[in-house]
Amino acid sequence: MSASLSRIIHSSERRRVIGAEPLGRAATRAPYYVVTGAIALVFLYPLLWTAVQSFAPQAGTNQSKGWGTGNYVTLANYQSGIGVYFANSLFVSLLTVLLTLIVSTLGGYAFARYRFPGKNVLFLTTVAILMVPYATLLIPLYVLLSQIGLANSLVGVALVLTMFQLPFATFMMRISFESVPKELDEAAMVDGCSSFSVLWRVLLPAVKPGLITVGLFAFLAAWNDFIAPLILLNDSAKQTLPLAISNLRGQAQGVVDYGATEAGVIVLAVPCVILFLVLQRHYVRGFMSGAFKG
Amino acid sequence: MTAHAPQPRRLRRPLRFGDRARGWTYALPTAAFVAVLFILPLLLVLKMSGSNWPLLGGDQGINLPANFTKAISLEYFWPSVWFTIEYTVITTVILLALALGLALLVQESSRWKNLLRTAILVPSALGLASASLLFYVLYSPLAGPFAGLMNALGITFLGSPTGALWSTVFLIVWRFAGFYMLLMLVGLQAIPGEVYEAASIDGASRWQTFRGVTLPLLRPTLALTTVMCVTGSLLAFEQFYILTKGGPDNSTITVVELIYNVAFQGQNDLGVAGALSVIVLVALVVINFFQIRVFNDKDAA
Repeated sequence: MSASLSRIIHSSERRRVIGAEPLGRAATRAPYYVVTGAIALVFLYPLLWTAVQSFAPQAGTNQSKGWGTGNYVTLANYQSGIGVYFANSLFVSLLTVLLTLIVSTLGGYAFARYRFPGKNVLFLTTVAILMVPYATLLIPLYVLLSQIGLANSLVGVALVLTMFQLPFATFMMRISFESVPKELDEAAMVDGCSSFSVLWRVLLPAVKPGLITVGLFAFLAAWNDFIAPLILLNDSAKQTLPLAISNLRGQAQGVVDYGATEAGVIVLAVPCVILFLVLQRHYVRGFMSGAFKG
Repeated sequence: MTAHAPQPRRLRRPLRFGDRARGWTYALPTAAFVAVLFILPLLLVLKMSGSNWPLLGGDQGINLPANFTKAISLEYFWPSVWFTIEYTVITTVILLALALGLALLVQESSRWKNLLRTAILVPSALGLASASLLFYVLYSPLAGPFAGLMNALGITFLGSPTGALWSTVFLIVWRFAGFYMLLMLVGLQAIPGEVYEAASIDGASRWQTFRGVTLPLLRPTLALTTVMCVTGSLLAFEQFYILTKGGPDNSTITVVELIYNVAFQGQNDLGVAGALSVIVLVALVVINFFQIRVFNDKDAA
């Protein structure tokens, strides 16, 4: 179906379906705006409150007198320095995005354009990753990674996160390649392109939206993942940002530094919210693709 | 889009060696990831479940029925199973009903509705851990915005088992409502407009249209979202690990938290953790099988 939700989101065309309001007068619509405004507020308030509060004066934190960035200073000086955890998170996320893009592009191209023995089995097995509980795989993965020398390693975490992205990413890239007309490859082949340069020069530009969607989902998943680093990393200097901020709460003799926690949540959330707002269309495409139908 | 003249269907090419080899070359990285990081751990967890396998000691040989009997007789096995089921039922019902309501509310396009949709979706960009940390502060009787209210009422949101459960449900609904709303919107858009026109010509009321047209035609989406929500909730971990730490009085320990505790906190018994994992795996396969059967049966009826 080509009527995409993004088109619906960005068009002003109004479908008259149930819930369509024939009454246009502002007075009769006031309660509607009050109710829907309240709904929007419920979803935005927690994040906005935390953002404001992270700069607000509050007792028992580094920001007890007046407004300022004291909570962020506490955060910056936490253990190995928040910079280390931020860098760890960025490394894991970017490596996961890179690996997911490479593996799913090559795989999606193979599934969309080639026939080879075992193709369907491989595709179904890849999709089946979705059906196996994430957490139950992490314990054997912990044992496995330590056997191949990737215990307590950020690379190991990125490899695991990439594997968990593959069902969505492979599906997404496969349908992206399938929606490009085959005539395009054939014309390039006639012009003397090898199969790899067809992929690299001709098809890759055509599947760019799919790549952005896959990259966005991989980044959000990796940046935010908690349980894989929790189980797979045991060196405190190797922790990723969500783990470090979760641990920060239990600092000084059971006294939770709420101010620093708020600052930490904001540091965690801001990159995701910005990426989401900028790439919202691509986020929605992930849902439209049917990739969640497994 | 250019309209192609109807072409005679091309003959199926025979499977040439060059094609096969190239296909496999491109699929190789996928195959390697799937084999090493998915199939192998799956086999390993089966092996663990049948072995005496302390966290630091490695495989100490077969320990077959013992791991499973030990797993089931763990003090928190049944409490965690019941709690996880209770949490799953509550979350799934509230989350999906709300997501459908929100989807119906924002499905048409207007500037205000687009803003509303974005506002509802923003929490979905946050990680589950970030959202849990955020609500950890929000629910705090010391630093949260409801501290005054809690003091006045003499309660804390996370202080009682019921309070902890519902506070966590609220967090999850907040975090995932937009996600499921988007899936519902995709399903709603797939319903052809003519069906609604026909209903309105027949003089159906809004409620009749919803019951008679929207709900039945939305069944594939409802099946998908139910399976996803049930699976996700049965595997709940971060929200409880961060927000309640399984408390108060160990009342909010989920099955996955139990597995984590057995494997890494105290007992350090990967054999029993493996047995628990296999039980969860089998239970999920069975539950999803029945869910899909139920949705298909209704289809046939």
